[in-house]
Amino acid sequence: MSEAIVKKFMFVNRKAPYGTIYALESLEVVLIAATFDQDVSLVFLDDGVFQLKKGQQTKGIETKNFSPTYRALEDYDVEKLYVEKESLDARGLTVDDLLVDVTVLGSAEMGALMDQQDVVLSF
Amino acid sequence: MLHIINKSPLVNSTLADCLRVATGGEILLIEDAVYAATKGNAFEPKLNDAMKRFKVYVLQPDLDARGVGDRVVAGVTAVDYGGFVDLTVNNKNCQSWL
Repeated sequence: MSEAIVKKFMFVNRKAPYGTIYALESLEVVLIAATFDQDVSLVFLDDGVFQLKKGQQTKGIETKNFSPTYRALEDYDVEKLYVEKESLDARGLTVDDLLVDVTVLGSAEMGALMDQQDVVLSF
Repeated sequence: MLHIINKSPLVNSTLADCLRVATGGEILLIEDAVYAATKGNAFEPKLNDAMKRFKVYVLQPDLDARGVGDRVVAGVTAVDYGGFVDLTVNNKNCQSWL
């Protein structure tokens, strides 16, 4: 048996939750990638940072609230979550508004991290 | 006249397009457009400016779903689905900026 190949996978999340299906679809694929023991990073840029907003209550729009799933990611050994500072600032948000612990990066650092990946999946 | 917006103003131009073209009346922010009415977002100054010409409403269930019901910009009125219906009935016509 050959040594298992581990690639660096980055999921780039740029859409707000609920308005489109992108955020939920990304989460589904993240969980799949995690089961293959890959090196998974999640990045939240632009309106994607809204996916991590605390206090989502979706009863009124009769849609599944998938935000608790972000807190379960560490159980799947998905622990690399990155948020762009500029995106938070433009939306009046701080890390205290987010429902998981994240690493905050500036735009340039985010770009550098993106360059290091083997696979980038865009949502 | 009622103008309905359903896209985030930070990644889509529909709210800005509406404000450029429409002369006045009422604006209802639904779905991802509710972020326009949250304190501290980069579009807030433009929304405040628009409120000189428009009465602005925002759909409460969409605020709640996104966890931002507690940070609505002053001067914006939250409505429920019944209020949404009332706005469409009470205006002569309505434009959805899709």
